[in-house]
Amino acid sequence: MKYLSEYRSPEIVDALLKQINTTVKGNWNIMEVCGGQTHSLVKNGLLNMLPHNIQMIHGPGCPVCVTPVNLIDKAVYLAMNHNVILCSFGDMIRVPGSEMSLLEAKAKGADIRILYSPLEAVKIAKENPQREVVFFAVGFETTAPANALSVIHAHREGVKNYSILTSHVLVPPAMEAIMNDEECNVHGFLGAGHVCTIMGMNEYYPIVEKHKVPIVITGFEPVDLLEGILMVVKQLEQKEYKLENQYTRVVEHDGNKNAINVIDTIFEVTNREWRGIGEIPFSGYQVKNDYSTYDANKKFNINIAEVHEDPTCLSGDVMKGKIKPYQCPNFVSKCTPVKPLGAPMVSSEGACAAYYHYNMATAVNE
Amino acid sequence: MCLAIPGKIQSIQTLYNGTVKMAKVSFGGIIKEASLEMVPAAAVGDYVLVHVGVAISKVNEEEAAKVFSYLKEAGELDELYDTEMNIEVLNYKDTN
Ligand code: SF4
Repeated sequence: MKYLSEYRSPEIVDALLKQINTTVKGNWNIMEVCGGQTHSLVKNGLLNMLPHNIQMIHGPGCPVCVTPVNLIDKAVYLAMNHNVILCSFGDMIRVPGSEMSLLEAKAKGADIRILYSPLEAVKIAKENPQREVVFFAVGFETTAPANALSVIHAHREGVKNYSILTSHVLVPPAMEAIMNDEECNVHGFLGAGHVCTIMGMNEYYPIVEKHKVPIVITGFEPVDLLEGILMVVKQLEQKEYKLENQYTRVVEHDGNKNAINVIDTIFEVTNREWRGIGEIPFSGYQVKNDYSTYDANKKFNINIAEVHEDPTCLSGDVMKGKIKPYQCPNFVSKCTPVKPLGAPMVSSEGACAAYYHYNMATAVNE
Repeated sequence: MCLAIPGKIQSIQTLYNGTVKMAKVSFGGIIKEASLEMVPAAAVGDYVLVHVGVAISKVNEEEAAKVFSYLKEAGELDELYDTEMNIEVLNYKDTN
């Protein structure tokens, strides 16, 4: 493997690992809540390089993985039953719904388009005035400005045949829910770098204080991750709990004000269901009433029954850190990226898929 | 999904009486449109981190080059290619 970038330079990686090794004394569980970080930890083999007494727990950091089955069913329903062009990010389309995924709906003739940006969906709406265009707006705070902006653009241009089906989730309430879980065994967090690029760091102070848990906002490249882990371990060994920022080159303390304004124009905070975890209070965005004509949930009468997860999928336990993906009895045997039983096996940022792709079928650090 | 890719602003177009700024951004030669509404101070020649068609922060050239080369080596740039919308591929030039 070639190491061109210094963010994965073997010398720097080795130096950081040495420092981690000499610092760590206790047994610590550190959770990352960013699928990009999970992917990078697994892909770059960092989990195997860390000392045995540091366990990384892969939290609910993949928006695709926590989108409820019911919403996927709604997207499929819209695509199949209406005069709709259903647009989505690529990761969403293979996620199993209760009957089918969007990909299977596409094979049955539904007009489903994979886009790079929600702003492209507004263009499609302009070009197809006789059709309804719906963007399946999933994501964490990082993606919220783009989804909100698509509504603002549509509104400015008087595009009436555009709406979004929102499944927006927020990271801090999920961290709070994890810490409130009695079986929680998380000692420290890596905060998601790009989420904080938008929202800044302010929301994390109350979590640090209330739960006396260190949080280090961290980037996603190997050197970033090791530095973030080292910063958390230092705090834990010194019995400190602070909010720190490893990713200062991108994250400003107060985030991006313009982005926060755009989010506040279109969205308001609501309770939201997380696939595999359940409802978390105030953990998502919904479209504000002023813009309800852009809310696909209100625009279309979508009456479909609530359905539940394949009961044998243990994704909730994986995301809460109770088990590792390879401890799920379905892992590899019944559940693979080609035939996924649960969402974490679908997205490349899901913990199960990351373990599958990088051959982590056997125990790590054990 | 929360990936942000650094690219260089090639040109800027102002729409709706100046309220919307859209840029053509080059990601190692692949040109895509990105909104500059979150980073209004960004100018032609600047580097920005772009997430799903929206620039979310400015970065310096060195940081942009390092991150881009990391993403490329790691094979993380698929989302630039995997979509159905018009992607203009110009003469491929590495940013390094
Ligand atoms: S391996 Fe498959 S069935 Fe098991 S938790 Fe992961 S996604 Fe669910």
